[in-house]
Amino acid sequence: MPKIIVEIMPKQDLLDPQGKAVANAMHRAGNKEITAVRIGKRIELHFDREITEKDLAEAKEQASAFLSNDVIEDVVSVTKAD
Amino acid sequence: MKIGVITYPGTLDDRDAQRAIRLAGAEPVALWHADENLKKVDAVVLPGGFSYGDYLRCGAIAAKAPATKEVIRLAGQGLPVLGICNGFQILVESHLLPGGLIRNENQHFVCRDQKLKVENNQTAWTSLFEKDEEILIPLKNGEGGYIATDETLKMLEGENRIAFRYVETNPNGSMNDIAGLTNERGNVVGLMPHPEHAVEPGFGPDTSIAMKSGIDGLKFFQSVLQQVVNA
Repeated sequence: MPKIIVEIMPKQDLLDPQGKAVANAMHRAGNKEITAVRIGKRIELHFDREITEKDLAEAKEQASAFLSNDVIEDVVSVTKAD
Repeated sequence: MKIGVITYPGTLDDRDAQRAIRLAGAEPVALWHADENLKKVDAVVLPGGFSYGDYLRCGAIAAKAPATKEVIRLAGQGLPVLGICNGFQILVESHLLPGGLIRNENQHFVCRDQKLKVENNQTAWTSLFEKDEEILIPLKNGEGGYIATDETLKMLEGENRIAFRYVETNPNGSMNDIAGLTNERGNVVGLMPHPEHAVEPGFGPDTSIAMKSGIDGLKFFQSVLQQVVNA
């Protein structure tokens, strides 16, 4: 199925409580080499037809205007996938 | 005088806001998120709760609702708008107010009677307060930590856009102790604490005078009433 994948991460300098809790649990499980865990979002936009350049451009616009908030998050990537 | 209260799916404090409006002497008008017009109200309250289950980000989906689009348009023409808690988050996500709100610094949902300082009494919703007056109203949120860029904070401080600051305790790690903001024109005000829960003796926060006697929230609604009547 043609889809556009949007990846969003909390900004580096913000505390990511989910990531911190997961990192602590992984350390307890013995994965001591992991220095940090950060958790973001993957959002899939599905289509039942081929994705055009216009779709991708609109998805990029929505990714920064609606799907993320630039005060607290960064859009990492907006890509086409099959 | 009619004050609209918008109910989104997941809103909790709409009835409380309506009651506060009634106690202040105005007529509350129930509005629904899908309404494309605001029924000619003289002011609007965006109440607290968890609109759309806080999906995506708190307030983000509500910011795109048909009723909110109309709020944004009319706020530009001077319509008084008050956003409480989730309503404040909606105003921020709608870009009517700058910055963002993140999970409380201590990671806990905080529920307490909170002391605030009125920093700006020139807004539609704060005109009956004295400048620097200290008031006590309930606060209850999980994502109330206010953040903004250094540049935005400087602008907010310089233009007297901080309407309320937390006093004694900063309950959620908000930058510069910010509890609430106003827009440049003073018609749009948003804050995390809940004035609508401190409007009737016997049901408000405890004060030094008597238990549950705090009614500092009533002045928010009386302020806008006076402003609209005089306009």
